[in-house]
Amino acid sequence: MLKRKIGFSIIILYFMMGGIQAALPAGEVQAFSAQVIHQGAVGDDVIELQTRLQYLGFYKGKVDGVFGWGTYWALRNFQEQFGMKPDGLAGPSTKAKLVKASKYNPQQSKPVQSANVPIGYSENDIRLLANAVHGEARGEPYVGQVAVAAVILNRVESPSFPNTISGVIFEPRAFTAVADGQIWLTPNEQSKKAVIDAINGWDPTGNAIYYFNPETATSKWIWSRPQIKTIGKHIFCK
Amino acid sequence: MYRWVAIALLAAGISASCFWATSAQKEKNAVSIQAENHYQRAFHELTYNMDLLHEKVGTTLAMNSKERLSPQMLDIWRITSDAQGNLGQLPLALLPFNKTEEFLSKIGDFTYKTAARDLDKTPLTDQETQTLNGLYKQSKDLNNDLRKLQHKVLTENLSWLDADNSLASRNETMDNTIMDGFQTVEKKVTGYDEANTGTSLVNNASKEHSYKHIEGKKISEQQALKKVKRIIKDSDEKSYDIQKSGKGADVAAYNIVYQKGNRHANIDLTQTGGHPINILLDRPVPIKKISLNDGKIKAEKYLKDLEFQNMEAVTTAEYENTGVYTFLYKEDNVRIYSDTVQVKIALDNGEVLGLSARNYFMNHRDRTIKKPEISLEDAKDKVNPNLEIHADYLAVMDNELGKEVLCYEFLGTYQGITYRIFINASDGKEEKVERLEGTGSNI
Repeated sequence: MLKRKIGFSIIILYFMMGGIQAALPAGEVQAFSAQVIHQGAVGDDVIELQTRLQYLGFYKGKVDGVFGWGTYWALRNFQEQFGMKPDGLAGPSTKAKLVKASKYNPQQSKPVQSANVPIGYSENDIRLLANAVHGEARGEPYVGQVAVAAVILNRVESPSFPNTISGVIFEPRAFTAVADGQIWLTPNEQSKKAVIDAINGWDPTGNAIYYFNPETATSKWIWSRPQIKTIGKHIFCK
Repeated sequence: MYRWVAIALLAAGISASCFWATSAQKEKNAVSIQAENHYQRAFHELTYNMDLLHEKVGTTLAMNSKERLSPQMLDIWRITSDAQGNLGQLPLALLPFNKTEEFLSKIGDFTYKTAARDLDKTPLTDQETQTLNGLYKQSKDLNNDLRKLQHKVLTENLSWLDADNSLASRNETMDNTIMDGFQTVEKKVTGYDEANTGTSLVNNASKEHSYKHIEGKKISEQQALKKVKRIIKDSDEKSYDIQKSGKGADVAAYNIVYQKGNRHANIDLTQTGGHPINILLDRPVPIKKISLNDGKIKAEKYLKDLEFQNMEAVTTAEYENTGVYTFLYKEDNVRIYSDTVQVKIALDNGEVLGLSARNYFMNHRDRTIKKPEISLEDAKDKVNPNLEIHADYLAVMDNELGKEVLCYEFLGTYQGITYRIFINASDGKEEKVERLEGTGSNI
């Protein structure tokens, strides 16, 4: 009986020491990195910033690791109430004050996948566009992929085409990759990158709404469109 | 002899029927792909409609003036009918799907009635605002579920035809994600029975001014190449290829392609003045070493080097180790929304990966900006009183008629969402209300 008790105590002691050992390096973990955190940033620093602002009652949104408007206003309120210039930037002095006033344990925060999504688009919109770009232009240089995404977006804007992304992509006979089912291949990271560049305003085509591959194009009509430029294997036109 | 003839005939017959079978199979495949595409289109459009519906109802709640409210209600009504059309095309005839339809028709009825009446004489009652608030919340939950389902459809390549077929064969014990997903959506809507009867890219820049004010002398191919070499920071002649733009181009340009190792770039310079309208450099950016904020400083310096003056960063965002910055031109502290430029910076060493200055060169010119005729306080009074205003600016934006107007710009929050409101600085008209929050992630 006694033996068992000692055994228990040893086990408990062991766990306690283990606990202390585990706690020690956490105490030494430097709060925040040295970088100034700006609106639009993503990652661990933002998670810490949101958690600390939430702890102090300034931030009421989700801790998602994306420095959006909600985080921005919360940070400005914090700066104002703590006697700093409200610039919405988490620099050295702001971070020092935050660390002093709040608690944060990185082990407790749940890992989140944080990524920015351009305003007006959902992650699914981006995925659908990436599918189309991958199906249509996976052998093309990167710029050629941005170009295909830009053409789809230009069509959404154009009065002569459907005014939604899925409407443009699935319009019958509009894209060969849709007609032969290649659109359902899993897109790679590069096509997603190309889509985000196009959404963010890059249009290497110069406002084109058609493109074709001169080696495989069967329609005579497409040659009558005023051409803008060639990127990779595709000719882009109005 | 007869034997050989019989063998030959048989062989011909077999190969003919093989050919017929494969071509029939091909045809069948093509038809099913087409049918599947049709379903996919209707489904993705439906989720887009619902997204838009949610966003529009939210913006409506943040609006104040009746002149903007009526067209907004009409817009919602139109989207609702789009959504109903798309819903009707989905193969769900065998499912009790009337609850979602009911939600759509409720929101449709409400907006139709309010849009058709003179909101100047009979504005929205408190009861009606409450109804709208309720609809807003419902659409949010519906959206979340639909988006989850859409995410599954896209990542797992789910097929509507399969769902349809298993429905048609009345297989009760089927394990079908599409069906399950829709049933979840359905349950949510049912839960609301008691409750009563919630843009597209931010774009305040006009595309109509079309490069009328581009300045400078016509430059030669050689001059263009020289300029590009400076921008790319590589003087190796062999890595460049230059072409003139075709006759379909909005503005005559030189299109230059650069290729060296894993660095590939595309640059467009206007032939008049040699202004860079589009630069995109592709190379791997494996790690992040500098912050988004440091990248902004690099972007500011880059714009100065390219002789853009008085530019101010309005949006910043980080994507996969790169920073994307939108700058706009400021004249006497007035923000000009038509003259925007985007810069992309690699956050490993701060190199510039891209510039998009199409809007800037399309619209930029010398403007004479009048003084505002109403005061800041008067303008503030025109904003929906439920909105908490955090910041104000003076700005020139393009209104619905595509005319540049001087406005007071307010940034404010309502129910945790940030909105941008433009109030005309001469007559106090609410020119535009836009939601600044993305629709967010679906995980």
